[in-house]
Amino acid sequence: MDVQTKQVETICSFCGTGCGLTVEVENEKITKVKGHKENPSSHGETCVKGALGWGYINSERRLTEPLIRKNGKLIPASWNEALTLIAEKFSALKAQYGPDAFGCFSSSRSTNELNYLAGKFMRTVIGTNNIDSCNRT
Amino acid sequence: MTVFGTGAATGSYDELENTDVILVWGSNTQECHPIIFNHMRRGIKNGVKMVVIDPRKIDQTKLAHKYLPVRVGTDIALANAMGNVIIEEGLVNLKFIQHATKEFQLYKDAVKQYTPEYAEKITGVPADDIREIARLYATAEKATICWTLGITEHHNGTENVFSLINLALLTGHIGKYGSALNPLRGQNNVQGGGDMGALPNRLVGGWDYDDPQGRELHQRVWGTPIPEEMGKHQTLMLDAMEKKEIRALYVIGENPVQSDADGNYVQKVFNNLEFLVVQDILMTKTAMLADVVLPATGWAENDGTITNSERRIQRVRPALKGPGLARHDHVIVQDIANKMGANWSYQSAEEIWEEIRILAPNFAGITYKRIDKEGGLQWPCYDENHQGTTYLHSRLWSDQVGMKARFVPSHYQPPAEVPDQEYPLTLTTGRRLQFYNTGVQTRYYKKVKNAEEALEIHPDDAALFEFHDGEAVRVTSRRGSVVTKIRISKKQPRGLVFMSFHFPDQANTNLLTNHATDPLAGTAEFKACAVKIEKVGDDTSLSEAH
Repeated sequence: MDVQTKQVETICSFCGTGCGLTVEVENEKITKVKGHKENPSSHGETCVKGALGWGYINSERRLTEPLIRKNGKLIPASWNEALTLIAEKFSALKAQYGPDAFGCFSSSRSTNELNYLAGKFMRTVIGTNNIDSCNRT
Repeated sequence: MTVFGTGAATGSYDELENTDVILVWGSNTQECHPIIFNHMRRGIKNGVKMVVIDPRKIDQTKLAHKYLPVRVGTDIALANAMGNVIIEEGLVNLKFIQHATKEFQLYKDAVKQYTPEYAEKITGVPADDIREIARLYATAEKATICWTLGITEHHNGTENVFSLINLALLTGHIGKYGSALNPLRGQNNVQGGGDMGALPNRLVGGWDYDDPQGRELHQRVWGTPIPEEMGKHQTLMLDAMEKKEIRALYVIGENPVQSDADGNYVQKVFNNLEFLVVQDILMTKTAMLADVVLPATGWAENDGTITNSERRIQRVRPALKGPGLARHDHVIVQDIANKMGANWSYQSAEEIWEEIRILAPNFAGITYKRIDKEGGLQWPCYDENHQGTTYLHSRLWSDQVGMKARFVPSHYQPPAEVPDQEYPLTLTTGRRLQFYNTGVQTRYYKKVKNAEEALEIHPDDAALFEFHDGEAVRVTSRRGSVVTKIRISKKQPRGLVFMSFHFPDQANTNLLTNHATDPLAGTAEFKACAVKIEKVGDDTSLSEAH
């Protein structure tokens, strides 16, 4: 089989320094992570976490499918099943208790685009300002 | 925010190499922000004088021009005493104060009582050292203050920050190259989360939730009315869950059951919820409580932008597809919204970014194309010809000052919980170099030293209680109890012990920490609580802790 290799420039997922990383991928597996020389914040440097701390993405604890609680247990479900259940429950609870009975903890580990949409969702679809990000997970 | 109208580091990393004095205050930069510390290290080679202000004699003190061992939670007394010296000795920048600030007299009156001798009693820092560092900071041509959670994770964290900002206003060390106030962010997108309006009191791009112009803009772009009441920050949401005022919670990429202060309380209020949705990359203690768990893509799989501690908006790009059925975080939010009747049709992260640009004048000039070509850009960046902004608040030095920067006096208050006979030691918490937060990610290392939790304690305190290095002990606060090992360490001052929160499955440190909260920011007092430590018999295995 041909070896498929590529290099992707991205940003470290740990602290707020935002070091630029070059990720080397071979056949859909990361083989090496190193500092990205042209990054204007980190100038090619990275610490032990950035270079070696990414093994978790291959962890057996990764979530690979939606889970729904049935009879007290979390069991696998399709996306459609999971999303339909959320929409039904959210809509019913909103009708019963109003929008301020909702809250969202958004992620300071995810992207700007995620945080933007989470805010838009809570403010326009649910109708509350109960949203916060930034905690120590 | 109250002072300048923005919440972000005012300077850039490279400036740390080209300043004269850096006060590193409540920040273990070397272990928590190693690459920012490399900038400081190069600065020190260039002649920068670094002053480390921290309760613990952390490794970076070895490179310090001076180390001030401040007692935990007494930072305001120290900062106010420095202000007192700067005023008493006529070292203020009066021209700047008159030109660009207001309420100086209030501040002057407030710090009058904080003589160095008075502050020495509170902080443990010798009065002459306070004088020396006050003079050093005030008389430097360029000077910068960097801080992290050692300042903010207290019940009065916001006031701690004000006390540092006041020093910069007093001396004019703000709004110039090399003179900055830099909160260093602990997580990769703390800055962006706030900038994007994932806050109870801010809309996108820093608009206040009740700013009429910002509201009008959002409602026009979003095509729907938005709520008028200010929302609840995370700690108030937990309170509302306790009272069953909040019934449904949507948690994205967080593990509050293990990361928040007073873990037993957090677990209890989560059990009150009628419906919990958790979206994450890994199974966590929080996800195990959920009614629905949604699999998200993570680092090296995500597409979009994040914003670092020098306000630089950078691109994260997918190198991998992500496991199984996992979807991008923003795609999942859109999927839920559309199931509930919204009609969103973003085809890519870039399309979302294009909408953000319309709402936030500070980001209007930043496009994916520009980032790809020029590298990340520092906000504010007003249009596509704007180069971005290396340091903020240069307006304070211009003829067009605009809104003047306000002194906000703050007063020393002891930590919400202080040691007593029953709980004689103070516990403070933090991170260690190779590990990160609740260890959901970093416990997968193969070869690192000290891959377990331990309680660090001063040799004399250890001797007093007859603890030996490596011995198993039970650590108990008013809220909970964990078993861990003793690690004797000269980094610790007497009376103060240290644990990280990286290994909650071994020893869940946040079962001990205090839920007492800064009323202004909603940050819990992770940095100080009272504990007692007892020997456990040899037959007690560490696993009994949970």
